[in-house]
Amino acid sequence: MTLLNVENLSVTLATSSGSAQAVRNLAFNLDIGEILGIAGESGSGKTMTALGLMRLLPHKGFATGSILFDGKNLLAESNKAYRDIRGNQISMIFQDPMTSLHPMIKIETQLTEHIRHHKKISQEAAHIRALELLNTVKIPDPASALEAMPKQFSGGMRQRIAIAVALACDPKLLIADEPTTALDVTVQAGILRLLDQLRREKNLAVMVITHDLGVLSSLTDRIMIMYAGSEVESGLTSDILKNPRHPYTKGLISALPTSDLSGKTLKTIEGMPPELGKIPSGCAFHPRCSYSRDPCALEIPQAVQISAKHRIFCPVNPLVNS
Amino acid sequence: MQQIKKSKNLTLAGYLSAKVSSSFAKFIYKRVAIGLLMMIGITFIAFAVTQVVPGDPAAVNLGQSAMSNPEIVARWRAEYGLDKPVPEQYARYITKVLHGDLGVSQHSRRPVSQDLAEYFPATIEIALVAIIFSILIGFSLGIISAMTRDRLPDQLIRVLSLTGVSMPTFWTSLVVFYIFFFKLGWFPGTGRLDPGGDEPIHLTGLYTIDALVHGQFSIAWIALKHLALPAIVLATYTIGVLTRFTRASVLEILGNDYVRSARAKGLPEWLVIKRHVLRPALLSIITVAGVAFGGLLSGSVLVENVFSWPGLGQYAFKSAIALDLPGIMGVSIVVAGVFILMNLIVDILYRVIDPNLRSE
Repeated sequence: MTLLNVENLSVTLATSSGSAQAVRNLAFNLDIGEILGIAGESGSGKTMTALGLMRLLPHKGFATGSILFDGKNLLAESNKAYRDIRGNQISMIFQDPMTSLHPMIKIETQLTEHIRHHKKISQEAAHIRALELLNTVKIPDPASALEAMPKQFSGGMRQRIAIAVALACDPKLLIADEPTTALDVTVQAGILRLLDQLRREKNLAVMVITHDLGVLSSLTDRIMIMYAGSEVESGLTSDILKNPRHPYTKGLISALPTSDLSGKTLKTIEGMPPELGKIPSGCAFHPRCSYSRDPCALEIPQAVQISAKHRIFCPVNPLVNS
Repeated sequence: MQQIKKSKNLTLAGYLSAKVSSSFAKFIYKRVAIGLLMMIGITFIAFAVTQVVPGDPAAVNLGQSAMSNPEIVARWRAEYGLDKPVPEQYARYITKVLHGDLGVSQHSRRPVSQDLAEYFPATIEIALVAIIFSILIGFSLGIISAMTRDRLPDQLIRVLSLTGVSMPTFWTSLVVFYIFFFKLGWFPGTGRLDPGGDEPIHLTGLYTIDALVHGQFSIAWIALKHLALPAIVLATYTIGVLTRFTRASVLEILGNDYVRSARAKGLPEWLVIKRHVLRPALLSIITVAGVAFGGLLSGSVLVENVFSWPGLGQYAFKSAIALDLPGIMGVSIVVAGVFILMNLIVDILYRVIDPNLRSE
């Protein structure tokens, strides 16, 4: 069942040289209990997509289009009505657990303030809920953890606490923005396992944003690849990783380090992603693309359906038909 | 005197945070000890500076005819110890200070400690009123300004605060004096009380407080009216500074990840501000407020002159033009002591505000 349906989403940000589009005409959907991965280089608009959904865009930034969540258009809700959804039915985990928790507020308050606000429950009930949440995210000794300050925990533990904060009101949708990027590799696996377990136990829909395709391969059902604010390819995780069609996706996957290539130089995609506000005409990827032909610079590519759930935004024939 | 004040303060603060009393007490003792050393250093610098300034105290304080009589000049110098070598003068001075004797002023011919006891409370009184108003108004305006960033209230507040910071104090004094006293007659003009009016029974030297404590409400009202104009003038600048500083600091904090986290929880904006923004904002603001309070004490010379306010600023000014060494030194010690005390209070408040500092 579809929980989230995003159509035509664009995000405009204010920059020093005027406004610029960070996300352009994005469309995707997400089912209950599904994990969607959104991948791309830094600056591809992944985080702005998430912040657009959360209506937490930076000063003077705004989103247009439609975001249907559980039948409601989130962009049309008033601020007050939206605040009742945010943190309650949709919640978010941020990249850096060292800065996303308030350094001067003890864990219990940070874990229960929104439960008490949204669910109108007593302090005692919230306390019990907080203990339960810390158990769920496997924090040892929850009772004393509640009394502690964030700086008494390691990065991995803080991210677990941040996940507990996000889960506190039993949301339907969890957005995880680079949830493991700031963590050690060994800690990463634990966090990913936790997200997967939560999805299965609570039927949670999860949107994971990352630049690390390795993270997505083990966790997600589907992947959407973004470049310069637009989707370039999306499909089932296995399709994307084993049978990528878009030249950009191919480049990303061949740039992954693998053990059998040891001693060889890592492959890279030539050139740099465009800066905000300086997006090339037509297909944004064409200046870096080895398949690029004349029309690529002129026409914005339309979606080409490869299979039921696999599509690319590139009309160049050899790729579509390979 | 300073010492007693401080130790009172620390036991009080100690009671407040009984939980961490031992580490807290250690922190306080260390800070007080450092403060005392700093005070001695300050007397040394102040003494050295007065020696470098050209000018002969005798020539300033004695008349022309007395100056032409070498015997009188020599006796005058001997009376104030000015005939001794400079290092010995300093050693004698600091020994006396450590015994609580600040010497005798050359221009008022009274003990400096007595002068300070009279002038200092007058300045403390306007400075306290000014700083309390500045913090209340500056902090509120700064928060409103940051929350309505780039919208009309913010723009109005930014213009007002810039005006407050830019207007020279002597000019504000004259304008306020002219309008509210001379033209409108809403406030009394000069001094701490109406001419010939009764003084309140002495307790702290702060007239409003003394009068209130002793139930002399009409005197308290008069003293308050006298206090209003100079305090407003003094506060104008500080309100401007604190408003601008609060705005900048709140905006910086609003950009932090943890504020985004708080908003992501769907909390109402007032709760985000109250719980997640104010606490860290206060940390930087009390630092500025502490420095500003010290500035109000030592920088009120012009305002005190316009409003004939018998405060420390006036006394410092008179001591300086008379090259009155004990007077200048006395003022330096008091002002330095207040700065050090303010820093101590600010550091204590840091620990009250930020629980992370308490456990260290």
